[in-house]
Formats: sequence, structure tokens, C-alpha cells
Amino acid sequence: MSGATDTVERTRALDDPLVIADRTFRSRLIVGTGKYATNQVMVDAIRASGTEMVTVAVRRIDLDRTKEEGILFHLDPQEFFLLANTAGCYTAEDAVRYARLARAAGFNEWIKLEVIGDQTTLLPDVAATLEAARTLASEGFKVMAYTNDDLITALRLEDAGCVAVMPLASPIGSGLGVVNPYFIREIKRRLEVPVIVDAGVGTASDACITMEQGVDGVLMNTSLAAAEDPVRMAHAMRHAILAGRLAYLAGRMPSREIAVPSSPTSGMLD
Amino acid sequence: MSDERTVEERAGGATIRVRLNGKERDIGAEHTVTTLLESLDLHPGLVVVELNREILARDSYADTPVREGDSLELVHFVGGG
Repeated sequence: MSGATDTVERTRALDDPLVIADRTFRSRLIVGTGKYATNQVMVDAIRASGTEMVTVAVRRIDLDRTKEEGILFHLDPQEFFLLANTAGCYTAEDAVRYARLARAAGFNEWIKLEVIGDQTTLLPDVAATLEAARTLASEGFKVMAYTNDDLITALRLEDAGCVAVMPLASPIGSGLGVVNPYFIREIKRRLEVPVIVDAGVGTASDACITMEQGVDGVLMNTSLAAAEDPVRMAHAMRHAILAGRLAYLAGRMPSREIAVPSSPTSGMLD
Repeated sequence: MSDERTVEERAGGATIRVRLNGKERDIGAEHTVTTLLESLDLHPGLVVVELNREILARDSYADTPVREGDSLELVHFVGGG
């Protein structure tokens, strides 16, 4: 066993697993499968991240290609729990349609609900998200809803029956990190369902700071896929998530703008 | 006795026009959803079919004829966040 893996295994004993709806996950990291340079890099990065849950998108099969290139030719659905998304949908109706198609694929009834409201920022349309969340929850879907960092929307999504609420750290693909840690903390304090921060993490320190806010997990894609070395970044993210989580559980020292010596001030030589 | 002729042979060259993933296509007139997927070299277990905006259950592919003017969406999972 490598030293890095050993660290991950040993520190797991210091935390509880992540429970969403009726499922337990040992990793607090959820990873997207889009935009990797090659399928092999994607699979290697996902394995390195230690994740148990990966997101996938629903799209038309390209019938002009000679060979089918669905993601399940590269990713084993027995190895990873598939979380289909409604990415690319701009209306509640479309999101519900995509969710139903995803469920018909026959793996599970979970859906990462995403209804985009603006093409430039990719910020969510929260009214449409709420509408779709209510419909999908009533149809028995386990809805994990992508949303902005607004507390009231998060509360409404929980009321709508979502099994997890997923506020953004910053816009999708931006890599800006957590722009509003206070609101993320407030959402976590007020919700009973798990809070997963989805989108905006750029590098390991962002993931760590996000977890230090006390949230239950992080979902990321571009920070791995667009790293120069996605597999190495996936290792970094695995440790960053763990570091941030343990730092949160450990309870940090108060920060203060004065120096306090760590060594005794007595016993100095004449 | 099973009919071992191909869909095209049974149709005697007759075709129908359908809308397949957003594009008009002429296909043999005797297709079921199962034979259509086979003719496109698609594995039924990895495809979800929407026929005229209604999701089709996998166990009904073999019994569902494809008719003139039908609109079919054949979707699958791809990489995404």
C-alpha cells in the first residue's frame, strides 16, 4: 500500500461516511466525466480521485459515426455510482424530460438537476429548478439540485423533496473557488439534507477551503479535466477534500491579528 | 416457422420516412425498434428510445413497429459534469 493511500485509509476512521438518501459513500468527492483529453485519462483521474459517484450527461447518439462512443464503453457502472445530469437544459420541462430519459437507462432513479438560466454565466434558473424538483421528487426521483448560493432557494429545494442541495462555489468551469463562504456556511447550517458544493472549484486549496465551511461534499469536473495533469490533480483533490473535512471537524484555532509565541517566554538565558 | 428474410427483403424495397435524432431518414418499411437499432449497430441495453416524445420501455422494442412519420430520439450517456 502506498503512503498516500495509507493516509487516506487511516484518516477515514476520523470521519463518518457521507449518507445521501439511502446510500452511503466513503468519499466526499463527486466527479464529472466531461471534457477530458482522452477516455483513459478520464478513467485514471476518476480512480485517482477516490470518488464513488460520477456524473454523466444524456445526449443524442451521433448516428453518423461508425462506432458508438457512449461513456459506458469506458466507465464501468458497477465500479461507480452513476449520477445522470440535466446539464444543458434551460426549462423545467426539458430538465424533466432528460431526467426521465436518464432513469429509463435503467441504472438508478437519481438525478443531478440543473436548469440553466443564462448562457454567459451558466447561473441556475432557480424558479425553473424548483418547479422541476417538485415534479421529479413526486415521480420518485432522488433529486440532487444544483443551485446558486441563496439560502431561501436552498430551503425551498429541501422542502421540494431534494435529497441533496448543491450550491455553487462560483460559476461552472470558472475555477474561481468559493466566492461567498458565508452563504455556503449559512446554507449548511440551515439545511437537514446534505449540502454538496457543485461547480467553481479550481484547485486543491479551493476544495479544501470549501470543505472547511462544513459542507458534506464537493462535486467537480473542470478542475480535473482542464488541469495539465488530471490524474495528479485528482490525487491532490482527494487529499484536499479529506484535509478540509478533517480541519472542519477538528475545529480551527481562533484567528487574530496579533502574534502569540508558541515557545515559553520563561527560561531564557541571561 | 420464423421468417429469416431481412427487414428490407420483407418490405420489398418499400421505405418509410422517419425523423431520427432530428434528421429525416428513409428506412425499410418493416422495422420494429429492435431491428432499427440492430441496423444502426446499436446495443439496445445502452440506448434509451423516445418515440414521438414518449419513452419506450426496453421490453417493448421488439413489438413496436416504426411507422411513417414517427419521430425517434435515440439517446445514451456521455461525459458530463
